[in-house]
Amino acid sequence: MLNYVAPSTVEEAVRILAEAPGTAKVLSGGTDLLVQLRSGRAKPGLIVDIKKIPGISGIGERDGDFVIGASTPGAVIGECEALQRAWPGVVEAANLIGSTQVQGRASLAGNLCNASPAADSVPALIAARATCAVAGPKGRREVPVESIAIGPGRTSLSPGEFILEIRLPKPRPRSADAYLRFIPRTEMDIAVVGAAVSLALDADGVCADALVVLGAVAPTAILVPGAAAALVGRKLDETALAGLDQAARRACKPIDDKRGTIEYRTKVAGVLARRTATIAYERAGERR
Amino acid sequence: MSKHHVSAIINGEPAEFLCEPQLTLLDVLRDELHLTGSKEGCSSGDCGACSVTVDGRLVCSCLMLAVEAEGHKIETIEGMARGHNLHPLQRKFLEHAALQCGFCTPGLLVAAKALLDRNPNPTETEARYWLAGNLCRCTGYDKVIRAVLDAAAELRAATPR
Repeated sequence: MLNYVAPSTVEEAVRILAEAPGTAKVLSGGTDLLVQLRSGRAKPGLIVDIKKIPGISGIGERDGDFVIGASTPGAVIGECEALQRAWPGVVEAANLIGSTQVQGRASLAGNLCNASPAADSVPALIAARATCAVAGPKGRREVPVESIAIGPGRTSLSPGEFILEIRLPKPRPRSADAYLRFIPRTEMDIAVVGAAVSLALDADGVCADALVVLGAVAPTAILVPGAAAALVGRKLDETALAGLDQAARRACKPIDDKRGTIEYRTKVAGVLARRTATIAYERAGERR
Repeated sequence: MSKHHVSAIINGEPAEFLCEPQLTLLDVLRDELHLTGSKEGCSSGDCGACSVTVDGRLVCSCLMLAVEAEGHKIETIEGMARGHNLHPLQRKFLEHAALQCGFCTPGLLVAAKALLDRNPNPTETEARYWLAGNLCRCTGYDKVIRAVLDAAAELRAATPR
């Protein structure tokens, strides 16, 4: 038997989630949850719809950071020109999730908490050094996005906890990000590999700082420090790209499945890392 | 099982219904309100046959609980024609033979209208990407895209600048 409740404050939502007997599920856009309800993969006794909480949907700025409410749909993220200018990689990743219809509902927090290894927005958020505000019975905590997913379908959130908002820092001068995924068709598919790169250049166009994150090649999205190190201190020459490619391939621990073999995913990870870094580098160079 | 009382605006008219929490908006539209234009193709958000708009935003009604409709404005295919006057998109679908079995057509029309409401002059590429979540196993999409672009041109010509 399933019950539904739509609390109107954070405190009420936390209390309901913490006190719920059996399994309670947080509902935001529902584009993963409703599929899981239908298939029987999720059998919650209670659904807690957080969309009635004021401020839970929408994009704002606080102390120079972008603050994206947990329930903000992908379509709204794609329409936010300021965010698109600041973090084009995050926006392109968010907008790759599903169809136009899915974009009307699906949220970044949902993509994160669904904890699919192939989630498109997660590598881009990690590369952008995004954090999330988590509400729970012990109060509010701010954690990096990479600490949320701990395995396929599993998160580090405790019972009663849910994500309130995602926070993106103001980008530094001469910095940019990018995200690419590989799928065998042009739309409506799940990443075989995803690659996110954010980097910052010095005044001479030398890479001063970089983050490289891969998706769909391990149980969670993974930061690849060796790949970032290959970029730092160089302009994006062949030595840098070859080092990036090799480090990206070494970091892969993918599965074999219908979307791709281990060998294929590993090879594609290197190629995608190169292409993504090239886009991020060009974007950063255009920002003076 | 406790039923929820839901009030919403459906195709411009106030509507009320009682529903169990696990029912989708699509279940209630079809089985409770007898608006059977929206179709159930996949129940997993892949096919778009159940497309409706909620507060102007295109969604799959199979991926939304009916209780979530509370207080929102829903538009379905039943709200598209004005009496016996078909919407230009509907007319162009007929003229271009952009359907065979017709199962995907309500969803395609609702999705195409949402596109033209936002972007009156889409390129073919923009139209194809926008409609990528509406599957059609009959037409091969070409006639659908031609109908949408033709309807867009007619609507632009009819709109005074």
